[in-house]
Amino acid sequence: MKKFLNELWIQLKLNVRDYGMFIALAVIMFIFSQLSGGLFLSPRNISNLFNQTGYIAVLAVGMTLVIIIRHIDLSVGFVAGFIGAVAAILMVQYQVNVFLAILIVLGIGALIGLWNGFLVAKMNLPAFVATLAGMLIFRGALLQVTSATGTIIIPNRFFNLISNGFIPDIFEGKLHVLTLIIGFLGIAFYIFNEFKQRQSKVKYGFEVVSLPLFISKLAFVAAMISWVIWILANFNGLSYTVIIVGVVVMAYNILMNKTVLGRHIYAVGGNPDAAALSGINVNKITMFVFSSMGFLAALAGIMFASRLQSATVTAGTLFELDAIAAAFVGGVSAKGGVGRVTGSIVGAIVMASLSSGMNLIGIDISLQYIVRGMVLVIAVIFDVKTRNVK
Amino acid sequence: MKPLLEMHNITKTFPGVKALSDVSFKVYPSTIHCLVGENGAGKSTLMKILSGVYAHHEFDGEIVFKQEKVKFSTLNDSEALGIGIIHQELALIPELSVYENIFLGHELKKGRMIDWNQTIIESMKYLKMVGLNVVPEEKVKNLGVGQQQLVEIAKALSKKLTLLILDEPTAALNDEESENLLTLLRKLKSDGVTSIMISHKLKEVVSVADSLTVLRDGQSVLDLEPNSNEVSIPTIIKAMVGRELNEIFPKRPMHTTQEVVLKVSNLKGYDRNKQRDVVKDISFELRKGEVLGIAGLMGAGRTELAMTLFGNASNYQVSGDIEVFNKKVNFKNPKDAINQGIAYVSEDRKGNGLILIQDIKENISAAGLKNISDYGFVNPNEEIKIANQYRKDINIKTPSITQKVKNLSGGNQQKVSLSKWLFTQPKILILDEPTRGIDVGAKAEIYTLINHLVDQGLSIILISSELPEVLGMSDRVLVINEGVSTACLDIGMTNAEEVMMYATQ
Repeated sequence: MKKFLNELWIQLKLNVRDYGMFIALAVIMFIFSQLSGGLFLSPRNISNLFNQTGYIAVLAVGMTLVIIIRHIDLSVGFVAGFIGAVAAILMVQYQVNVFLAILIVLGIGALIGLWNGFLVAKMNLPAFVATLAGMLIFRGALLQVTSATGTIIIPNRFFNLISNGFIPDIFEGKLHVLTLIIGFLGIAFYIFNEFKQRQSKVKYGFEVVSLPLFISKLAFVAAMISWVIWILANFNGLSYTVIIVGVVVMAYNILMNKTVLGRHIYAVGGNPDAAALSGINVNKITMFVFSSMGFLAALAGIMFASRLQSATVTAGTLFELDAIAAAFVGGVSAKGGVGRVTGSIVGAIVMASLSSGMNLIGIDISLQYIVRGMVLVIAVIFDVKTRNVK
Repeated sequence: MKPLLEMHNITKTFPGVKALSDVSFKVYPSTIHCLVGENGAGKSTLMKILSGVYAHHEFDGEIVFKQEKVKFSTLNDSEALGIGIIHQELALIPELSVYENIFLGHELKKGRMIDWNQTIIESMKYLKMVGLNVVPEEKVKNLGVGQQQLVEIAKALSKKLTLLILDEPTAALNDEESENLLTLLRKLKSDGVTSIMISHKLKEVVSVADSLTVLRDGQSVLDLEPNSNEVSIPTIIKAMVGRELNEIFPKRPMHTTQEVVLKVSNLKGYDRNKQRDVVKDISFELRKGEVLGIAGLMGAGRTELAMTLFGNASNYQVSGDIEVFNKKVNFKNPKDAINQGIAYVSEDRKGNGLILIQDIKENISAAGLKNISDYGFVNPNEEIKIANQYRKDINIKTPSITQKVKNLSGGNQQKVSLSKWLFTQPKILILDEPTRGIDVGAKAEIYTLINHLVDQGLSIILISSELPEVLGMSDRVLVINEGVSTACLDIGMTNAEEVMMYATQ
């Protein structure tokens, strides 16, 4: 037992940066749960929280990559707003099929991102300036396309399900059974994957953590997933938003951690000169990252328009700053080269939890901004301090 | 006549290295004193001590200026007494005008405001003094390097300095500009300004110096006072290199074949940023299984040559031919060079060789990820296996390959850098200052590794500022001087003096 605790302690110390955010999130959730008399952790509130965070989470994923390569993208808010309006116009005024409309606007988003990347990589504009210009341009473009109509109501049922719908259940009842089944499959897949990786390490003759610790870790993660799934199943079940965010996070997590492209992105962020001398095309990486950001901004724009069931003239205002804050709270380094997609998602949930929790217990909006600002500073101080520890 | 400046028994130690030991010299008023020595001999350190960059408590020994003992804590202290240093990299602000630059930091004021009219009038006086014929409103970025050098000197004169320290003032100048500068120094001398000049160009030194100090390995090995015997180039060279090649260079059997793996003809590289040719005319052949040393002084264009060979990494405008394995190549980026089997271990490990915030294994695999990936997916276990292999093979001292590279010592960082490039399976390996800033033990290990690699048939280009290293490790030496290859010498039939002669001619 003593040996087990010892090993646990060593592993915890080694990876403090990775789970620090989770602890912060747990503390925030616990505090608000107490202050709100349990309301904060109620199934309805948690389900709402996730659905509200969806579009910021998607932006935060893209922003993570941008900040890792030492740039910034200020245009994403109004790009998202503009894209939402374009999607609405396509469907309402031109009767374009909803799936086709979504494909078209995702493509437009990627092209807008490519344009930003071109300005930064080939024209050598500082990203701050290039995307500040984009912010102005797409704010103007949003006003332009909505000038005749004002707010455009989107009557399409499928489109509006994206951010308001939940997956259908297979049984009628109090609990959402399909959600439980998907959760169970997810856990099974996670455990299977972890075992496979461990097996492979053993085959290579590498050291692995001891079996009791390994199983404890699996059990802990599985319990956490079960808990969230259980809460969701007690309300309407999994929403499409959660599924979309889940797929985006998984895809980007694999991209960043398992592929050559991901390694090259980290290398460019860590030291662009060394990356270039290692045969990496820094310009190409920069263009890819901005293009992916544009694609995700379009996705966020679709999600936001769907949530409001309409395209509004102010859609997208300040989204970029929420996304940037989420990334920094989630441990992405402004100096580049460091950061995880999963961290940024937790960062987004932390910031959303603060808003939601403070709303629940009736804290004035003015104070809410101050608290969120302070949390951002504290998170980054924690990050800088733990990074300097050898 | 009493000396203007005396430095007595100066000793300066950096962690692990003695940069200067017991150096003394004197400079007399209205003379030009030259300071000569190989790279790393301690010249710059000595001048940093004199100008207050290193404060008085950071070294042992004393400085006597105008017969008074002085102690400097900052650059400002030495300037207050009239001592000023003009660095090799000019410290001018390109976007500001000439007159703004001359009075930057000691602005002429009327009340609390800057008196710009007076500034312009004064600056014209100093421009005339240094013989620079430009309007004071001209932006510094529009001036050539030689003209900028003159602005620096005008700035020094405007501060009423009486002792100028010039760190390789002619390194970036052409012959005509250099001659003008030397003429100016002689003129200033007759006006009562004393100069200490660091220079690698021995012809200049003998033409301009009244007195001279040669440093070697942090010690003063030759000290000529004014009016002593004639200074001659061979005497200076002998003093500069006069040490035995010690036995730290392990022997290896000769196995150079006649097979040419790399052939360079009339290579020329124009640096668009510096707006001049950094490589002017270089030709040589590299054979399979040999170490070709590249010797040359600072600024001769050694690294620039390497950058041109390594896929034109600095994006110069290149002309001339490069043939790799008898095939003419036209490199656009380092990737092209890597694909042809060329690898380049940078002289600047921390700046552009390694990614310091990443761990050892990620650095080792950075340039060769395609060797351990399928369909764009990296095999993490293969990566660990390979990193561990290199850790064992070339003895990277670390508790774990997941250690961040920034936490390693210089020698171990260099081994990681070497592993990274060996992992790309190169046929031609360019080593740029492979032993700079690392301890003796790691040096010896790297020499052994070099021998081991040529045994396996690799061809190595070894660039080094340390002449003994080039002579001790190479089969042939290519000497470069100001971007031009001046000689290619067989190691058995040459010596340090001859190499130095070709490097300074």
